[in-house]
Amino acid sequence: MAPVASGLTDLTIAEARDALAKGTLSARELTEAQIAAVEAARPLNAFITETAEQALEMAEASDARRRAGAAGALEGIPLAIKDLFCTEGVPTTAGSHILDGFKPPYESTVTAKLWAQGAVMLGKTNLDEFAMGSSNMTSYYGPVESPWRRPGDDRPLVPGGSSGGSAAAVAARAALGAIGTDTGGSIRQPAAFCGIVGMKPTYGRCSRWGVVAFASSLDQPGPLTRSVRDAAIMLGAMAGHDPKDSTSVDTPVPDYEAALSGDVRGLKIGIPKEYRLDGTPPEIEALWRQGIDWLRHAGAEIRDISLPHSSYALPTYYIIAPAEASSNLARYDGVRYGLRVPGADLTEMYENTRGEGFGAEVKRRVLIGTYVLSAGYYDAYYNKARQVRSLILRDFTDAFGEVDAILTPTAPSEAFAAGEKMDDPIAMYLNDVFTVPASLAGLPGISVPAGLSANGLPLGLHLIGRAFDEATVLKVAGVLEQAAGFDAKPQFVAGGR
Amino acid sequence: MAVDRATVAQIAKLARIRVPERDLDALAGELSNILSWIEQLSELDTEGVAPMTSVVAVELPRRADAVTDGGYPDKVIENAPESAHAFFAVPKVIE
Repeated sequence: MAPVASGLTDLTIAEARDALAKGTLSARELTEAQIAAVEAARPLNAFITETAEQALEMAEASDARRRAGAAGALEGIPLAIKDLFCTEGVPTTAGSHILDGFKPPYESTVTAKLWAQGAVMLGKTNLDEFAMGSSNMTSYYGPVESPWRRPGDDRPLVPGGSSGGSAAAVAARAALGAIGTDTGGSIRQPAAFCGIVGMKPTYGRCSRWGVVAFASSLDQPGPLTRSVRDAAIMLGAMAGHDPKDSTSVDTPVPDYEAALSGDVRGLKIGIPKEYRLDGTPPEIEALWRQGIDWLRHAGAEIRDISLPHSSYALPTYYIIAPAEASSNLARYDGVRYGLRVPGADLTEMYENTRGEGFGAEVKRRVLIGTYVLSAGYYDAYYNKARQVRSLILRDFTDAFGEVDAILTPTAPSEAFAAGEKMDDPIAMYLNDVFTVPASLAGLPGISVPAGLSANGLPLGLHLIGRAFDEATVLKVAGVLEQAAGFDAKPQFVAGGR
Repeated sequence: MAVDRATVAQIAKLARIRVPERDLDALAGELSNILSWIEQLSELDTEGVAPMTSVVAVELPRRADAVTDGGYPDKVIENAPESAHAFFAVPKVIE
């Protein structure tokens, strides 16, 4: 079926790719429709920088390549890029005042790979400052609004974070897909809040080169899309060894789309008992049980498993991530790029620049990180956390001796209203309770939209897989997606409903 | 563990972040809450457990100690708030 102009922004990447290949659609037409949608989505504040002119140039070049018979895997597909990826000549802010005016003179590996496959850049999406947050409320460029609302309630809701702009843009049909980064849940939690698919690949699967660093042992780029197939297509384009990232792993990238066989018969799915938490809303528990039933009916074998150190994952994360952040963010000193606030001497210039340039949450984490790494506390906090991290990885290694994937909820709540949970950092940190353990273990995880809450808001189910086994994770995710049949749309749709 | 105003001021000094006097008490409260929450790790016996250095079991790759890039000082300093003669310019540091 040939798409009609008004429905262009509603296409999945796979559908758009097929229409482009058949010649019933040009990259230029598709990109023009998406640019209009990006403009219509401005009330959400999902983009920090729109790159409409560049998008049109890229689309025309894409159409020319296709005419010349040289189409890539994402040829002509308009995408949104989290503003944590360095893009040559295009402002890159990390959602922070301290990167004022910074235009990278180089391109991140992951975005370069997307462009090499023919993708078109729509713009740079909003995020929590330096990716530190679960609500997108900490951005210097203002909060992002979720395109979802509770029916009959006009209060804006958060899109989740830190990849909140990317998730809101994809859910609102302002982009066919987007890339984000996930440190403790920053792709998966906003995907769940916005009713889309979000995948964190295995640590080392996608290059971190040119990604503004938050916590280097945890950060990992990944896709946010409206279908599991789209996530597979995008991951295939993003993944691969990069000599410029010494933690990027040199292992073959399988054909992820081919892995979507829909056949999970005989696969063993683990259900970790430690993820049944007091205070989790009954509807999330119920959705989890529903997910178990869906996989059982599809022929998977369900196994109860134990991940005994799960409850220690969050406090471990909140030592390791701030410690690495305090070290990574030491580079923002007002000397080589970004904001400079003058001082009487060099030290005062550093202090003034960092005092004014960092927001409250970033300061809090840099201070915690500095404290846990300081003399006298290094062993008690930082080394202790690294030991517990080993135990958490061991839990997963043991579990994956008997199961092929693990099913959990993505987040312990539906999206909350802007401003809620802001006065208690720990309440905010608890958003990532189900996603952080896999991050600490470096494992791939995906969130699949699986249902609506009683308030009419999306809820996600989360799958965790073995290291470098994204193919199985995507295969199981595809079966969940099929069974859930999630087709709800947000109240705000930029491309017209 | 609780941290007081003086400790916060000291950490802020180490982190080279100006924190106004009036914010020290509030920050001491927030950091103390976070630190006492992460304190729960001390319940765990980690005797003999090796601290994780990397989640991916790979040897750190090596490369030849050779210049592979460079030769464009203008590009390197193009984002500098202040520069002079292809150098980053900063306030005088020599007494």
